[in-house]
Amino acid sequence: MTGDGGETRPEAPDGPTGPAIDIARRVRAGETSAREVVEHHLGAIDRYDGELHAFVTVLHDAARAEADALDRRVAAGDDPGPLTGVPVALKDNMCTRGVPTTCSSRILDGWLPPYDATVVERLRAAGAVVIGKTNLDEFAMGSSTENSAFGPTRNPYDLDRVPGGSSGGSAAAVAAGLVPVALGSDTGGSIRQPAALCGVVGMKPTYGTVSRYGLVAFASSLDQIGPLTGTVGEAAVLFDAIGGHDPRDSTCLERLPPRSASAVSEGVEDLRIGVVTELLDGVDAAIAARVRQAADALSAAGAKIEECSVPELRLALPAYYLLAPAEASSNLARYDGVRYGLRVDADDVEAMNGATRAAGFGAEVKRRIMLGTYALSAGYYDAYYGQAQKVRTLILDALSAAYQRHDALLGATTPTTAFAIGDKVDDPWSMYLSDLCTVPSNLAGHPGISVPFGCDDAGLPVGVQVLAPALGESVMFQVAAVVEHAAPHMAEPGVLAR
Amino acid sequence: MSAEGWEPVIGLEVHCELKTATKLFCGCRNAFGDEPNTNVCPVCLGLPGSLPVLNVRAVEFAMRIGAALHCEVRPSLFHRKNYFYPDMPKNYQISQYDAPINVGGWLELPDGSRVGIVRAHLEEDTGKTTHVGGGGRIHDAGYALVDYNRAGVPLVEIVSEPDMRSAAQARLYASELRAILVATEASDGRMEEGSMRVDANVSVRRAGTVELGTRCEIKNMNSLRSLARAIEYEVTRQTGLLEAGDKVAQETRHWDENRGETIALRSKEEAFDYRYFPEPDLVPIAPDPSWVSEVAASLGPMPAARRAKLGALFGPELPTGSRADQIQTVVEHELDGLVTSSVAAGIKPDLALARTANEASAHPDRARVLAPTSYTALLRMEQDGHLNATQTKAVLAEMLERGGEPGEIARRKGFEAIDMDAVADVVRQLVDAHPQEFERYKNGDDKVAGFFVGQAIKATGNRAVGKAVTEELRRLRI
Repeated sequence: MTGDGGETRPEAPDGPTGPAIDIARRVRAGETSAREVVEHHLGAIDRYDGELHAFVTVLHDAARAEADALDRRVAAGDDPGPLTGVPVALKDNMCTRGVPTTCSSRILDGWLPPYDATVVERLRAAGAVVIGKTNLDEFAMGSSTENSAFGPTRNPYDLDRVPGGSSGGSAAAVAAGLVPVALGSDTGGSIRQPAALCGVVGMKPTYGTVSRYGLVAFASSLDQIGPLTGTVGEAAVLFDAIGGHDPRDSTCLERLPPRSASAVSEGVEDLRIGVVTELLDGVDAAIAARVRQAADALSAAGAKIEECSVPELRLALPAYYLLAPAEASSNLARYDGVRYGLRVDADDVEAMNGATRAAGFGAEVKRRIMLGTYALSAGYYDAYYGQAQKVRTLILDALSAAYQRHDALLGATTPTTAFAIGDKVDDPWSMYLSDLCTVPSNLAGHPGISVPFGCDDAGLPVGVQVLAPALGESVMFQVAAVVEHAAPHMAEPGVLAR
Repeated sequence: MSAEGWEPVIGLEVHCELKTATKLFCGCRNAFGDEPNTNVCPVCLGLPGSLPVLNVRAVEFAMRIGAALHCEVRPSLFHRKNYFYPDMPKNYQISQYDAPINVGGWLELPDGSRVGIVRAHLEEDTGKTTHVGGGGRIHDAGYALVDYNRAGVPLVEIVSEPDMRSAAQARLYASELRAILVATEASDGRMEEGSMRVDANVSVRRAGTVELGTRCEIKNMNSLRSLARAIEYEVTRQTGLLEAGDKVAQETRHWDENRGETIALRSKEEAFDYRYFPEPDLVPIAPDPSWVSEVAASLGPMPAARRAKLGALFGPELPTGSRADQIQTVVEHELDGLVTSSVAAGIKPDLALARTANEASAHPDRARVLAPTSYTALLRMEQDGHLNATQTKAVLAEMLERGGEPGEIARRKGFEAIDMDAVADVVRQLVDAHPQEFERYKNGDDKVAGFFVGQAIKATGNRAVGKAVTEELRRLRI
């Protein structure tokens, strides 16, 4: 999985491990240079990304300049931080000063943000190098990265299959080793679902622990930035680096979970872990079997495994597909051709707005804008948006009750493994079902992580999902690290074998 | 104003800009008249990825306004009001909807009547569009320029109950509200600069009935005078429709100042569906009760209380007529201090009020910084007969323009009053020269006294004091 093939894992994880951890250690120690690391990854991108299309922008020159600056600092005895020299890819819905930020949409044609997202500042402050911007479903709306104005990203395990979405570019880039780590955003599963489909770790933090300032909004009350990495330890280190209160985001919490990196070596002795019926129902048998296998491993490691049913979770998907489009319909209203991005001229301003939006948005974005507008309309608000908000409260209450009995919950990340490109593009509802197991965490604002756990019969990666209550990142990482440690060996992605 | 048998019902919606140093959700300067699009940032331009952060000072100002209007301050929420307009960067306005910060207050008019306040909520202002070319109006303009300096400026929208029954009363309400806003120091209430904007909801019903008629919302009045004119026009229009047996259509109407009429903008059917929903980028406001009472306690006296204080100088009954007007003027210009301090120092209330309302208020900014002792000294010179009214006004004008002490200015101007003997001589000479007039005066025509006073002032080179002349005349009459 790490690309090192025959490497045997240590018996118990001893602090965070993984390629990014190694890079930072070696660059900080002067064993290698940040420039060398960046050149290596730029080489990999140049070699493989033509087929994968994980990136929409590769920052060759800027990444080299950032690496050189880091090398000078290290040479001068400075320690740039825990991610020194680590190349990072950003999902292209995070603002980067002076660098195109497209959301994989035509409507942002030519727009250069005048500022960096908070997470970008924090990554740089930790010594990371931003190497490029990755493909996504337009405005993060989708589960396959096929809804990109720039064409789909392909799954490194099978180029005819999707990488999942919407952070499919970031997941594919990490899976193929083009970058050791990347950031994605998760509104209904957009980090965890592609992570599962690409065989990498994907983590959605507690809502409010990572600043959304500079994340182009899809559904503000659900969006959260998080890491996609090769290992659980790397995810914890990245989360520690990007998390923390930000006065520029009013929904950012003052109180934060304890540092996560140390949690990965704490084990699961005596933890009560619930295996959630609703996160296994309707899931492919091969995936359900992998979840059971992970539960057994946790049990063997000392955790108390119990069956657990949270029936309200069945209501999550319909509620999500009202709330998220409702917020999106408002968030995306600003793309009107007046101030920035695409403008299609017309006779008057209303016609210009209409022509610009008709030309600038893809079909799925239009579908959700219409859905959301409808859900908020006079006469329908109570039946749709209002009702969905009540369901959201029900789900939160039900999960809170479950966490009275369990420290963490376990289930599948996705109902299926990676599906073929084109399979679901004409069937939105079947596409929406991809988020079945991930949306509850977004509605509740809780953290969740997908850990790769072997493959199905076709050799496609399977993800096991660990859920925890709000600010329960530590326990989530404890469980995830043990699951990771027990995971069956996985062959490296097919694209690399060519 | 309205035809016999019909009763206008009027409610006002007033938007006032708050005088915070920065905007409602970002750190940009909140200033009027700066170079266009210089006070802007990613947040108030609504750039992708930007997020609003609430300005606590604006919340405090909103609470001040709420306290001044006797509202209850409640935990509140922001909502998004969704509609497309080029001067609104996000194409939604962050406003308050069903959980406003201030609810249920009232405002007392100078005549003692009360107008109920439904709510006073916080929201952000939009940018400002200027239509250029063509007729300069929306539909025939060549192009439009948008200035986003105003986008995100904090506003409080104050919604009254439909408690007003005439254009004059609505005007009084707007004027009183403006005075209250100024007194809270939360807003400067300038209608001409647009820092206070008034929309009127007007309907008409049969006098004596309870049910409300169909209302129209009138926009675009930029002075108190046009507010009154627009309401009068609208009441007449609606009354005319109803008398002719027609119906009033519920619609938004635009006041055209030049044509002196209201014009239909959009009907109820075309009204926007704003699709309000809770703003997910902000957290609820829950002001601590101790903060609420602290803010209320920090308010100075409101205009009604200040008018009452001045009125009490004249006795227990409510002042009426020109005295009430003078009190209103003094309070409006925040010159009550000059009146109360001089009355406290022994100046007659009538004189103190008249000079302050009629003369000092011509330059309120300068009058407000006059030393009360100098002002009192000037009024005492008039009260004691050392200066006549004309001289007092001249000295006061000089004090306001260049400063200085009244005695010194009066001397410099040669306004030292001549002694009573000299006055007596002048009056006797005038009586001799104008026997017919004096005869009329002796027969009780007091108005002729004014003639002699004028002549005496003229004959003495503006040194004789009217009071001394009339006293001498009265002595000669006996």
